[in-house]
Amino acid sequence: MDQMATAPGTLADPGAGASSVPPAGAASTAVTALRWLRRVSGVVPFGAYIALGMVIPMIAVIVGAFQNPDNGGFTLANIRAATHGTYLHGYWESILLAIWASILPGIIGLLIAYAIFTAKRASVLRQLVITTSGVFANFGGVPLAFLFIASLGGGGLLTGWIQDVLPHSWDGSQLYTLIGVVLVYMYFQIPLMVLIILPGLEALRQSWREAAENLGAGSWQYWRYVGGPVLLPSFTGALLLLFGSSLSAYATAEAMTSGTIPLTPIQIGSFLNGNVLPGEVNFGKALSLGLVLIIAVAMLFYVLMQRRSARWLR
Amino acid sequence: MRARHVIAAGAVVTASVLMTAACSSSTSSTAASSAGTSGSSSINFATCDSLSACGGMSALVAAAKKEGHLNTITLPDNWANYGAIMKDFTAKYGITINDENPDGSSQDELNAIAQTKNQSRAPDVVDVGTAFAVKGAQSGDWAPYEVASWSNIPADAKASNGDWYADYGGYIAIGYNPAKVKVAPTSLKSLLNPMYKNEVAINGNPTQAGAAFAAVYAAALANGGSLSNIAPGISYFKQLHQVGNFVPVTGSASTVQSGQTPILIWWDYLLASEVKPDVPGLKIVIPSDASYAAYYDQAVSKYAANPAAARLWEEYLYSTVGQNLWLEGEARPIELPTLISSGTVNTAANAALPSVGSPATLATSAQQAAAEAIVAQQWSSVG
Amino acid sequence: MAAVSGQARRRRSLPVLRRGLWRWVILILAAMYFLLPLYAAARFAGIKAYGALISQSGFTTALWLSVRLAVITTAITLALMLPTAVYVHLKLPGLRRVLESLTILPIVIPPVVLITGVLQVAPGPLKSTPYLLGLEYVVLAMPFAYRAIDAGLRALDLKTIVEASNSLGASWSRTLMQVIMPNLTTGLLAATVLTVAMVLGEYTMASLDLYTTFPVWLVTNDQSSATVTVAGSIFSLFVTWLVLLLITVVGTRRGRRTGRPVSLFTAARQDNRD
Repeated sequence: MDQMATAPGTLADPGAGASSVPPAGAASTAVTALRWLRRVSGVVPFGAYIALGMVIPMIAVIVGAFQNPDNGGFTLANIRAATHGTYLHGYWESILLAIWASILPGIIGLLIAYAIFTAKRASVLRQLVITTSGVFANFGGVPLAFLFIASLGGGGLLTGWIQDVLPHSWDGSQLYTLIGVVLVYMYFQIPLMVLIILPGLEALRQSWREAAENLGAGSWQYWRYVGGPVLLPSFTGALLLLFGSSLSAYATAEAMTSGTIPLTPIQIGSFLNGNVLPGEVNFGKALSLGLVLIIAVAMLFYVLMQRRSARWLR
Repeated sequence: MRARHVIAAGAVVTASVLMTAACSSSTSSTAASSAGTSGSSSINFATCDSLSACGGMSALVAAAKKEGHLNTITLPDNWANYGAIMKDFTAKYGITINDENPDGSSQDELNAIAQTKNQSRAPDVVDVGTAFAVKGAQSGDWAPYEVASWSNIPADAKASNGDWYADYGGYIAIGYNPAKVKVAPTSLKSLLNPMYKNEVAINGNPTQAGAAFAAVYAAALANGGSLSNIAPGISYFKQLHQVGNFVPVTGSASTVQSGQTPILIWWDYLLASEVKPDVPGLKIVIPSDASYAAYYDQAVSKYAANPAAARLWEEYLYSTVGQNLWLEGEARPIELPTLISSGTVNTAANAALPSVGSPATLATSAQQAAAEAIVAQQWSSVG
Repeated sequence: MAAVSGQARRRRSLPVLRRGLWRWVILILAAMYFLLPLYAAARFAGIKAYGALISQSGFTTALWLSVRLAVITTAITLALMLPTAVYVHLKLPGLRRVLESLTILPIVIPPVVLITGVLQVAPGPLKSTPYLLGLEYVVLAMPFAYRAIDAGLRALDLKTIVEASNSLGASWSRTLMQVIMPNLTTGLLAATVLTVAMVLGEYTMASLDLYTTFPVWLVTNDQSSATVTVAGSIFSLFVTWLVLLLITVVGTRRGRRTGRPVSLFTAARQDNRD
């Protein structure tokens, strides 16, 4: 797909245009190593930034998870406590929430993305949807929670409308359950999905669709044999991203449930910055470690999926 | 007491010896980046631990004025009248107050002290829940300081070495909007009545918000529990939720005003100072079946950027003026009994306080810690 | 190609109609889900709340801080991601997927965890400025910025133009500034706009770092007046949306003039690829 930069001397980079006769023996490994170093030197600034801004803080948190808060010594007590009782329950509920808050918006987001992707006046509608998605994908936390509480909560405007049509169905209290949280999470998960899946949809070449139709395939068959398999890896990859995003979301759920549903991010918040449980910051870090591990597993799947989908995108 | 006299004497001797020497800059152990403690007098304002040790009121005022600033943290304007208190302090002494993160929590205050050491925005004084005051003392965050009226603070409401001391407190009360709530609730048990469906809230997550935790504690007292047994409080809220009356959002002036949570269980002084302005006609009643009170605590940071101003602030807060200003915020200042007995209390403000059935006993740190652990484990079973 | 498929579509009019209808049903339902709560909230807030919002103390300070952070974050993000993306595209295409996966991480790491770690390891002098927040926001902005720039790069024939530029004797920096960047305006604009949107909406890390950015200020004011809070959230949504729309319109117009298909952050496949 992308040709390697091999033409010597074309790009003013000493590494690429080295002599074609490799020196012998130990010197050759040194030279290869040096050459390789020069080649990756371009990403050093980025790597350094990631290391400083993300990797090192994460290491600090992970180390803290194993530290005794009083004397700084090594301890497994935090980890042990984090895997029992209400905290284990919290992990389970968080995963459940994340599964729902990724599959539902995943499907809906895919449908929306496909709807605008195949729209006739693609440019205007599509740009509008992409713009709006960009805005809503970053909208969350207390303002979002308040938006829904004001409209679908106990005294909300929409609650009133719904009760006029279907009395005894929605009285606002359902908003504060897991279902309600999923409903609210979709507000930023769906736009995120639209933004992520669009490049994947672009991979579905129009010519494939036409070829299929020319061969007499109907819509269903096209999707079953052509579109689906091509799209599946990037779709699953996007789902995993949504999974991670909803697993780490905190402020929205906290504002809506105030801890009445056990969710790991909320529990972490209690220990890292609350008013009631002092000095348990390291326990909060242990909880965070668990969350990061779950996300790491999801990320692993994501990477594997991306590798498979890349084959089709070439 | 004896230690105080010794320190006072020592300070006087040291001061007189050093005063004869040439002007020297103070070797402050707090690496405050702003010019805090140097001056012609050689009292170390970063470590003097009483008014006399700091050279008396005029010396303290002069040093504080020289610093010119006071860094406070997490003091909302409409919380126990802090807005008026800060304004009056600035008007009186000309010291500007920088209030960081007004809506923050007690843990935020401890974090800020740890994070901002040696910075000019390091907090000078804190107002935290007792559990955090104790925690801070264990971490060595506080500079002991005994205000002039130290003896008026009950022994169980302060650290004996002067690390922290109670400032004001209140009772857990039920605030409700009579426009929306037709039948007045009088007790926590009465809130279980189905007519209050979708109406009752507390101020957040009890594992994070002190006032919410207090509400659970009060519910425990109302349902057969005690200061050592908070579990009935959690079952109460579980029941409240099952009946459909409990709304798990963070109740505040906004939610009462908008009608989402017409009934809010909160501190009586916050209902008065934060909710009442937005909800005229708000009624505040201390539940007949639960008298639960708690006090917040003051402490001076060992790493204060403006140590003299910090100490002056404490003296101000514990003066008659400061205590009465808290009273006007409908909080109960810790020295209220003394104010009443000496006749210096603001009688109108005192009369405006909601009446209490029987005065509450305060939970000890041990009881609180045990209760917190239980709430952390069990609160999520409520939903 | 467009003409052929158009004819093919016109012949099969029934499926097209079904497909067209279905598409509008989806979009209308989605619009309802997103707009109705906004409408309900706006109704709740009332018109006066917007005036009250602007006149609240701290509004301008907080907004100004957020704007400054947005500018710094965007500048650093672009300065970091553009050369890196170009370099990887040209020299280390094997690393592209690694880069993509790395830049996904900030979305999935809980912000409260990240800021805790940062505050622990950051050096003192840096912690005393709000610019530490700006530096961390670069990490948060990476997923969106990288995708936008990457999509833009994929739409270019990068190798050819870079080789052409070099064979004409341009240095690397000149190539970057005068050849690559002008061809990448949409991608860069998209990255800018997404970064700005992110900074204007980020709350958790700012509040834990004890700085009153605009989102933090909005929440702080929540305690005092419901209507103003809601007005504030709608206001920030609207401003962000307006900025994005403006840039999209500008980008589309430029695209029409230069004749190149415009995409905000999808890779527009060139016709010759089909």
